[in-house]
Amino acid sequence: MFTDFDFGVVLSSLPYLFGTGMVFTLTLTALAASGGIILGTIIAMMRLSGITALALPAKIYVNFMRSLPLVLVIFWFYFLVPYIGQWMTGASRPISVGAFTSALVTFTLFEAAFFSEIMRAGIQAIPKGQTAAAQAIGLTYGQTMRTVILPQAFRNMLPLLLTQTIVLFQDTSLVYVISLTDFLGAASKVAQRDGRLVEMYLFAAAVYLVICITASTLVRRLQRRVAIIR
Amino acid sequence: MNYNWNWRIFFEPSPEGTGTYADMLLSGLSWTIATALCSWIIAFSLGSLIGVLRTLPSRGAQRVGTTYVELFRNIPLLVQMFLWFYVVPEILPGSWGTWLKQLPNSSFYTAVICLGFFTASRVAEQVRTGIETLPRGQRMAGTALGLTTWQTYRYVLLPNAYRVILPPLTSEFLNNLKNTSVALTIGLLELTARARSMQEFSSQVFESFTAATVIYLGISLIVVTVSSKLETRIAVPGSR
Repeated sequence: MFTDFDFGVVLSSLPYLFGTGMVFTLTLTALAASGGIILGTIIAMMRLSGITALALPAKIYVNFMRSLPLVLVIFWFYFLVPYIGQWMTGASRPISVGAFTSALVTFTLFEAAFFSEIMRAGIQAIPKGQTAAAQAIGLTYGQTMRTVILPQAFRNMLPLLLTQTIVLFQDTSLVYVISLTDFLGAASKVAQRDGRLVEMYLFAAAVYLVICITASTLVRRLQRRVAIIR
Repeated sequence: MNYNWNWRIFFEPSPEGTGTYADMLLSGLSWTIATALCSWIIAFSLGSLIGVLRTLPSRGAQRVGTTYVELFRNIPLLVQMFLWFYVVPEILPGSWGTWLKQLPNSSFYTAVICLGFFTASRVAEQVRTGIETLPRGQRMAGTALGLTTWQTYRYVLLPNAYRVILPPLTSEFLNNLKNTSVALTIGLLELTARARSMQEFSSQVFESFTAATVIYLGISLIVVTVSSKLETRIAVPGSR
């Protein structure tokens, strides 16, 4: 069964797999996670603002994004981003943006909906007395959020935010549908070129498995430390 | 925006010659639903089993359950899809592999198996949480009544646990439904794949994706409504 395996093809493609593919995957994950967390926090604050004009659109946005398949959202933005670019720059025709930009926009906006749910729970978990105390000593809304609520919410929610980032890391493999060369895309290209699908896909699975298990073990260790501080 | 909207495109015949574009999307919808339901049967039964394994006193059973969950949760769904579709037929004994590859609708069966095993790991986590949140006294009361472990699970723990986890199970069901779109990479002609081919044939990008979006939103709405109805129906009288 494993007799005609050729792991030489994996070895010889390592520089391409990691130098091109994994660098792409990690860059996309890091940028989309940072953007998603910032945007998600803003959405969470909108939902908790108590102002219907802000809370309602935020709620609709989150529920909308959460009921669509990511693959469909990737397609949507792949075709929509050029038009958004045209509208924003006032150009006469849809501007061409790279597939990477379109993927980055997609993942940032899509994951923001999920990060916002985490941040909303985090903000709500801070006792009401803290907001009251901050207002009593004369802090503005911005100051209360920046110096009292958000630092604690971030710290308490850090394990969940990181776990969601691991999910995002796995989800980035879906850029395959717009033919981008992430880690899986690179593995897939080598697999097709050399006719070595079995070896390449098994190797890709093993790499994802090792990275995700290591990362979630680290998150669990962090969670224990955060729990002690609380 | 200089884009030519044409909402009547849905009633124009598709180049496949079997009906209009609307028919094409509807056929995609039926594949999406069939895949989601079939894989959910696997996910629910296997997931319950794995979840129960993780709560049993036996160390060995716990380890099997944990390994399963870690394995299926830490590999991206798309990679799992490729493993089932391209790798499994190759490493099976010769005649089995050939039989698998020549199976009609093989992408449908592959998608069902793959999603079933993938979602089972998520269902297992919910079932485990559900059982663990029940007061410890319930398991003890079961034992005190002289029920066997199997009977305690069957008549005491599981009926309660499923009621507790119905809301998260609903969102896992919806996730499973949305995940069927990943199967377009192995050639399953489900809803997203159909919207994509409609866009390629007709160049009406936004109409076809809007239609798919509306359909997905509609399904979510129906599932959430049914689930909350179910929740009130199966609630134990007197518990809230």
